[in-house]
Amino acid sequence: MALLTALPILAVFAYVFVPSAEVWQHLAATVLSDYLLNTLYLSLGVGLGVLLLGVPLAWLCSMCEFPGRAWFEWLLLLPLAMPAYIIAYTYTGMLDFAGPVQTSLRDLMGWAYGDYWFPNIRSLGGAILMLALVLFPYVYLLARAAFLEQSICVLEVSRTLGCNQWQSFFRVALPLARPAIMTGLALALMETLADFGTVQYFGVTTFTTGIFRTWYGLGDHAAASQLAALLMSFVFILLLLEQASRRRARYYHSSGKYAQIKRIALTGGQAWAAVLLASLTLLLGFLIPMAQLASWGFANWQTQMDSSFLRLIQHSLGLAIIAACCALILALILGYGKRLNPSPLVSLAARLASIGYAIPGTVIAIGVLIPFAWLDTQLNQWSQTVLGMKLGLLLSGSLFILLFAYNVRFLAVSLQTVEAGLGKIKPTLDNAGRSLGLSPHAVLWKLHMPLMKGSLLTAVLLVFVDVLKELPATLILRPFNFNTLAVRTYELASDERLAEAGLPALMIVATGIIPVILLSRSISGSRAGGKL
Amino acid sequence: MSIHFIIDNSYYLRINMDMLKKLLLATTLLAAPLVAVAEGEVNVYSSRQEQLIKPILDQFTAASGIKVNLVTGKDDALIERLKLEGDNTPADLLLTADAGRLFRTKDLGLSQAIESETLKAAIPENLRDPDNQWFGLTYRARPIFYVKEKIKPEELSTYADLADPKWKGKICVRSSDNIYNQSMLASMIASQGAEATTQWADGLVKNLARPPEGGDRDQLKAAAAGICDLALANTYYYGQMLAGDGAEDKAAAEKVAIFWPDQGEQGRGTHINISGASVTKVAKNKDNAVKLLEYLVSDEAQAWYAEHNQEYPVKTSVPASSLLKTWGDFKADSINLSELGKHNAEAVKIMDTVGWK
Repeated sequence: MALLTALPILAVFAYVFVPSAEVWQHLAATVLSDYLLNTLYLSLGVGLGVLLLGVPLAWLCSMCEFPGRAWFEWLLLLPLAMPAYIIAYTYTGMLDFAGPVQTSLRDLMGWAYGDYWFPNIRSLGGAILMLALVLFPYVYLLARAAFLEQSICVLEVSRTLGCNQWQSFFRVALPLARPAIMTGLALALMETLADFGTVQYFGVTTFTTGIFRTWYGLGDHAAASQLAALLMSFVFILLLLEQASRRRARYYHSSGKYAQIKRIALTGGQAWAAVLLASLTLLLGFLIPMAQLASWGFANWQTQMDSSFLRLIQHSLGLAIIAACCALILALILGYGKRLNPSPLVSLAARLASIGYAIPGTVIAIGVLIPFAWLDTQLNQWSQTVLGMKLGLLLSGSLFILLFAYNVRFLAVSLQTVEAGLGKIKPTLDNAGRSLGLSPHAVLWKLHMPLMKGSLLTAVLLVFVDVLKELPATLILRPFNFNTLAVRTYELASDERLAEAGLPALMIVATGIIPVILLSRSISGSRAGGKL
Repeated sequence: MSIHFIIDNSYYLRINMDMLKKLLLATTLLAAPLVAVAEGEVNVYSSRQEQLIKPILDQFTAASGIKVNLVTGKDDALIERLKLEGDNTPADLLLTADAGRLFRTKDLGLSQAIESETLKAAIPENLRDPDNQWFGLTYRARPIFYVKEKIKPEELSTYADLADPKWKGKICVRSSDNIYNQSMLASMIASQGAEATTQWADGLVKNLARPPEGGDRDQLKAAAAGICDLALANTYYYGQMLAGDGAEDKAAAEKVAIFWPDQGEQGRGTHINISGASVTKVAKNKDNAVKLLEYLVSDEAQAWYAEHNQEYPVKTSVPASSLLKTWGDFKADSINLSELGKHNAEAVKIMDTVGWK
C-alpha cells in the first residue's frame, strides 16, 4: 500500500539516472544558489514564525485564562481555511505600490515614488509572513491538543517539586508536547516546500519555481525531475532526522488521572499582551484578507453567481469528503501496520508514502499520470484483444486518478495525525487487549479507535480542508467539464482579474471554516476527564 | 490484517491484484459516463480560461449541434497529459495562448496536419504552422508603454533602444518565468542571434526600475504610479484595463500610451504572439474538431473575440474592436511563430545568465 502511494514519487525518481549534465552546469553557474538559499531562508523563516505564533497561542488558549479566550480558542484555527496563494493575492491587492494603502498614503502626505519607504510585500519576507500566517494553525492545533491531553497532575507534580510556572512549561509541558509540535512544524514546512502559488506570485525563486522553469522553460524533464528528487531527498532526510532525534525517548502519558484544568488567570499587562497577540494574529491571518475578499466578491457577485457556481461548490465538497475518508483509511492501515510491526522497513515505507506532502502538486500529478497512463495503455491492449473493444482511459481519464493524487499528496497529514494519536496509547493496552483474546483487528477497532476519536476526526478534517484548497493537481488531472472553486479562483487570478476571483476564493474559505470549527470543538471535547 | 502485509511480497501482490480488479470494476462504472466519446462531440484541452472561451464554444454548440467537452489548465501540463495519455487520449483539440507551446506539441508528435481551405484562407501564413499542424486564432502584440506625462513618443524607437543606459532605472517588466517574455526573447534570437540578444537582455536588466514582480497589468500600474517611465506588456491587458469595470485600473491605464517599436522600412516590426489550436494526432472526433476550428475563424467568432477580450482577429477582413482601432495600425514582426518554440530554451538560458529574475 505504501509502495502504491510512493509509486508517483518513484516515477519521478526514475529520471534521476538520465544524464543532463549540460543543463546542470548551466543551473549551477546561474540560478541554483538562488534556489537553494531562498528555499533555506523561506523554510527557516516560516518554521520560526509558526513556532513563535503556534506554541505560545496554544499554551495561552489551553492553560491560561484571559478575556475572550473561549472565542480565540477556535477563531485562531480559521487561517487554516485560507489558501496561501489567496492570502497573497489579497495582501498584494492592498499593499502594492498601486494599491489603496500606499495610494492613500501618498495622497495624504503629498509623497511621490521614492519619497518614502514602504515594505515590499512581494519579497522573501512577504512570502514568509504570508505562509507563517496561514500555516501556524498546524502547530497551534497539534500543540493545543497535546497540552489538553496532558495530565494536569504531571504539571502539578512539577510545581510541587519546585518549578515555577515558566519552568514547568519549559521543562515538563513543552518536552511532553514535543512530538505534537514537531509534527505540526513538519506539516507546515512540507507545505512551505510544496508551495508554488505564493512564491511564484511574489517573484521569489525557490526550488519549486526552479523545477517548473527547468521543466517548461528549458524543456528538460530529466533535470527538472532531478531537482524534484533533490527536494524530496532533503525532506526525507529531515523526516528521518526528526524521527531519530526522538528515538531514545518515548512519550507515553503514564498517568491516567485527569483533573479539571485550573487555568492560570492572567491579569493586567499579561492579559492584555495575550489578547493583543491573539487578536493581531487573527486579524492579519484571517479577518483582513477575508474583508478584502468580501469587498471584491461583493463588487461583482451578480455576474458570477449562477447555477454553474453551485456546481463548483458541489464538486469541491464532494472531492474533499471522499479524499479525506480515503486518506484516513490508508493512514490507519499504515499507522497501525507500523505499530504492529515496527520494523525499519515498514517505518521507511510509511515515511516514503508521506513525502508527497512536500512535493508540489504538479510534480505529483505528472508522477501519478506516468504509471496510470501506462496501466491504461496495457488495459486497452488487453481489452482490444480479449473483448475487441477499447475501454478508453478508465483510470487516468476519471476522478479516480485525481483522488489517488490527493492521497499521495495529503497522506502525510492523516498519517502523522493518526500516528500521533496511536503514539499516545500505551502499548501495554494492546498487550492487555490481545491477552484477553482480541485479534489485532479488534484491538484497533474496539480499543484504539474510540480512544483516538479526536485524532481521527482531526485527520479527516485536515485533509478535507487541504483538498478544498488544492490547485495544481486538480487542474491537471480533472476530467472533462469538471471544475472546482480553486480552479475558478486560479483562472481568474492568473488572468490578473483579482477582484473577480474574490467570490470563488471567498467560497473556498467559507466552506473551509465549517470543518475547522468542528475540528476545534472536537479538540476541546477530546480531553479525558470531562468536558471543558 | 496480517502483520506481514508489506514484508511478504507474494501476499502483498495478491492483495493488490485483487484490489486492483475491484478498483477497476468500480472505476469502470464511475468513469464510463465521463469518458464516453459519443458522436456529435468534440473534446477540448484548453489553456485559455473557461470564462474566455466558454461563451464562444456554447455558440458553436448552438450552431452545429456538436457538444463541446472542456478541460482547462496550464499549457505545459496539458501537453504533458496529452503526451502521457498517448494513443488513448480523449482530447481532439488543444487550445493554447502561445505559439511556442503549439510548436512543442508538434515537435512531440502530438498533433496532426489539417488540410482546410477555410483555415488557409482565413489565417495569414506567418500565424500558422508551415505544415498545417497548428493555427493561430487571435493575436496580441507586446509593445512598449510609456507614461504620457513624462515621455514623448519621439524619444522611443526600438526594443533594442531599451538596453541603452539612458533608460537606467526607468523600465518595468515582469519575471522571466513568464512565457510572453520568453517568446519575445526567442523572436529576438531568431532575428538577431543569441549574442546580440544576450547583450540586449543584459542592458535591459540593468535598466529595470525594480526587480521583476507581478503580472503585465502590474507593470502598467507601476508605470502609472510613478515607479517607472516605460513598461512592456501585452496589448489585451491594456485593453481590458481600459474597457473593464475597475475605476482604478482604468485611471492607471489612461496615464500610459502605446508605442509601437521597430516600425518603418528597416524595422523588424512589433513582437506578436498568438492564441491558437492543434488537432491532436489521435483525435477520435477529427471532423468535429476541424469544424470547431473553422468556426473559430468565422467572422462571427473572430468579432466576438476582438470585442470581448481585446485581442486582434487573425482574419484580416474582420475589424479590430473600436478600442483597438484607436491605438492605430502597426507593423507586426513577420517571422513565422514556429521560431518562438525553437528558441525557447535558449531564451530561458540567456535570461538566467543575465540575471533576469
